[in-house]
Amino acid sequence: MNAWLHILAALVLAPLIPGIINRVKARMSGRVGKPLLQTYFDLAKLTRKGLVESHTASFMLGVGPAVSLAAVCGALCLLPSPASPAPASFGGDFMLAAYCLGLSRLALILAALDTGSSFEGMGASREAAFSALAEPVLFLALLALAVDAPSLSLSGMLGQGLSGALAPERLFVPLLLFILLLTENCRIPVDDPNTHLELTMIHEVMVLDHSGPDMAMISYGAALKLWFFAAAVTLSLLPVQAMPPLAAWAAFLAGVALVAVAVGLIESSMARLRLLRVPRLLGSAGALAALSLVLTVWR
Amino acid sequence: MELFGLSLAFYLLGALASLAFAGRETANHLGPAGAVAGSLVGLAGLALTPASAVAQASLPWGLPLGSLALGLDPASRLFLLPVYAVGAAAAVAGSLALAGSEAAQAGPDRRGTHWFFFNILLAGLALVMAARDGVVFLIAWEVMSLAPFFLGSLHDDEAEVREAAWTYLVCAHLGAALVIAFFALAMGQAGATGFAALAEAARAGRLTMPSLLFFLAFFGFAAKIGLVPFHVWLPAIYPAAPGHVAALMSGGMINVGLYGLWRALEILPPPAAWQGWTIAGLGVASALLGILAALGQGNLKRLLAYSSVENMGLICLGLGLGLVGLACGNPAMAALGLGGALFHMLCHAGFKSLLFLCAAEVLTAVGSARIAHLGGLAKRMPAVGTLFLLAGAGIAGLPPLPGFIGELTMALAMLAGLDLPGLLPRTASAASLAALAAVGGFALAAFAKAGGLAFLGAPRTPAAAKAEAPSHAALLAPLFLAAGLVTAAALAPALLRFVGQAVLAFPGMDPAPARAALEQAAMAARTVGFFGAGIILLAGGLLWLRARAGAAHGRRREPTWGCGYTAPTARMQYGAASFVEPAAKLLAGPMGLTRRLDMDPGLFPKRATLFVVSRDAARDRLFTPLFEAVARLCDAAKVVQHGKVHLYILYVLATVVLLLAWKLS
Repeated sequence: MNAWLHILAALVLAPLIPGIINRVKARMSGRVGKPLLQTYFDLAKLTRKGLVESHTASFMLGVGPAVSLAAVCGALCLLPSPASPAPASFGGDFMLAAYCLGLSRLALILAALDTGSSFEGMGASREAAFSALAEPVLFLALLALAVDAPSLSLSGMLGQGLSGALAPERLFVPLLLFILLLTENCRIPVDDPNTHLELTMIHEVMVLDHSGPDMAMISYGAALKLWFFAAAVTLSLLPVQAMPPLAAWAAFLAGVALVAVAVGLIESSMARLRLLRVPRLLGSAGALAALSLVLTVWR
Repeated sequence: MELFGLSLAFYLLGALASLAFAGRETANHLGPAGAVAGSLVGLAGLALTPASAVAQASLPWGLPLGSLALGLDPASRLFLLPVYAVGAAAAVAGSLALAGSEAAQAGPDRRGTHWFFFNILLAGLALVMAARDGVVFLIAWEVMSLAPFFLGSLHDDEAEVREAAWTYLVCAHLGAALVIAFFALAMGQAGATGFAALAEAARAGRLTMPSLLFFLAFFGFAAKIGLVPFHVWLPAIYPAAPGHVAALMSGGMINVGLYGLWRALEILPPPAAWQGWTIAGLGVASALLGILAALGQGNLKRLLAYSSVENMGLICLGLGLGLVGLACGNPAMAALGLGGALFHMLCHAGFKSLLFLCAAEVLTAVGSARIAHLGGLAKRMPAVGTLFLLAGAGIAGLPPLPGFIGELTMALAMLAGLDLPGLLPRTASAASLAALAAVGGFALAAFAKAGGLAFLGAPRTPAAAKAEAPSHAALLAPLFLAAGLVTAAALAPALLRFVGQAVLAFPGMDPAPARAALEQAAMAARTVGFFGAGIILLAGGLLWLRARAGAAHGRRREPTWGCGYTAPTARMQYGAASFVEPAAKLLAGPMGLTRRLDMDPGLFPKRATLFVVSRDAARDRLFTPLFEAVARLCDAAKVVQHGKVHLYILYVLATVVLLLAWKLS
């Protein structure tokens, strides 16, 4: 029961994260901003709308969002809860989580290409290229966690906190996961979710032709993916496994909210990188991950 | 063993019958019938014997060298499985594809010889995997290497096809030369030809220069496997060969190189760690370069060919890590590496042949396999489109399809490699996991490109707009393979245990910990299976909800949003070159992409044309100069051949004098 609690929390609370980010951004620029629960309202509205599909599209336009959302839910099932291991876990399950996110990405890319729009093709091609570069960074960062962990499952790797001898490389992993959060969820500095010029965007431009329930699934899936990474960052920082359950939950939820605030702060204080610079960001993240891994293995 | 013999007999009957009826429509029925019957009997033989059984048979043999020793053990059975399964599917698909087609064309009907060589290829493959004697192995190897040359050059009125077939022939024989050298050296030193005797000699230390033998075997078989830089024949012959031949070659034949390597490693003395790292290193290079080249291709079949290079690289990575584990006394790593490699081999065979059969249907329907000529085919041929997209996701290793289990098992081997002694091996294990991740990411991009641009969106040419769905019969072979793959996904733990029998029989494998490690992987596969079922159910439920929402709130069709532009055309879609542009900006070198922009001069150019070409670097920079140098050398040697008879007599005299002088001194 306890194990499923985290999934329940994610499913219910995930749409809050975009709300927190938007509220922080608004406050930083001196506005009041949208309500904190705006994403819930949007989702409720979208599910009550009809479907508008492109003449060009085949079955993939509709299948894509559903598969994408299901795959993200699958990845969430592998994350441990603050007070107990994940419902499903085995040694090496981080690979399943990463590939589930990959499946979710492929489904959205194919749905985008199904419309035959050049804008959506553009977004799809960028998404494919950047996430291919992000994948090894994710694996290296998780490996650095795995080397020290009691077991090779996400449940064993996360929630240990920065225990043991204090070493600088331990701080790298949460930082790397945070950079990956920004990349995989298409936040600034990789992508700007707010622009209206389609040419500058990755994720938002891929979903231009989705409407109603499809769009709801995509938005909800994006919120869940954001939750996945925020939870991973938090769990890699906080030693929740050693805390009493209630304190662990409180610390975890506060941590996730703080990650969302940090994303909002970064979005208010930075500009988007030129697209050509994004591989450089990922390359340096990869180098940092490799360094952290070598240091962990060496010690 | 009896059923194996019966299947061989069916192949040979099919071959002879298609020769006997050459030039008639009957050949197009009898040849495939022999192939299908042989394959099904072979499959039945595999199903009816326990996976761990070892059978031996010795038959009379007329040659003075070697003996006709045949046998089946877990490794043979494992490698025979894709040969039989893909062989049957390819025969059915080929028979339908060639029905009536040749007769309509001018010129002789070549289907009789085609089916002869098709059956001979299958028989050769089966014989290679049953041979327990070096001489028999080499003969079968040669038969198996020659047949694809004739199969691939069915349409040899096209210059491209002729060149591709020649490329294949040269590569196959350069590899075969090394393989022959390996066996000749080993048999000479051991004084025997049987595999068991060779292994005995290796254990007794009678094989001197084991490192040389290792390199001869590795490079010889690598030419067949298609590792970088010996891969140049794959992207040449696959697009040129008919679809069913490409399916058989990619699913059944290419694995024979892995099988040969496996046997050679069993014969040679226990592997040293550096040998494992060599195989793994070349595997990683092949995987990365292969998938980047695949991403850059504009032709569907060439893309699939480079993806084979990638997958063979991954398999060799697993194999190499397994050998490292054996050498370093890490049985978990050894079992998981070898097991993951073999499992991935099976999945690749199924997915790749399915993809080639789908590509063949596209070629038939549209008349071109270039992505720039395709688009929107999923609407007109939904079954082929669905199968291609699913197989693409599967070969990119995505769950819940079985390709994921193989990659997961190899990843578990890499995780076990983190326990190796020393910083360098641990870092190398971690680096191979990062490479696996990068390959996975780029494979996803490559198959998003292949499936998304060929089957989704708007048709780019009138031919693609008018493409007709294949008949139900033509879907039989792809559906057979797809059913096999779905079974593999559902029964992944059982399949992993089947693969484990071959792994446990590998010499030097410590059975108890190896079995435990494989059992752990099988349990992980079981979890993944339930997990995948959950994802499928959830996605199905969401689709049902979506359909209900559509019914309740209305559903209508509108044009794609064109940002206010009112006259969009299909040519404005993202194409093959534009889709890879973000990756090409960074990795144009390894992807082999070169671009040329032709633009009218001046500030307001009227016309501009952009050419993006992907060439094979190994072919252009390594093999073409090498063979040109060889050709120049041969030309230079022609001075001794001038047609003057009196000088030729002088050569004879000089030779005789030299021989006499050597004999007398």
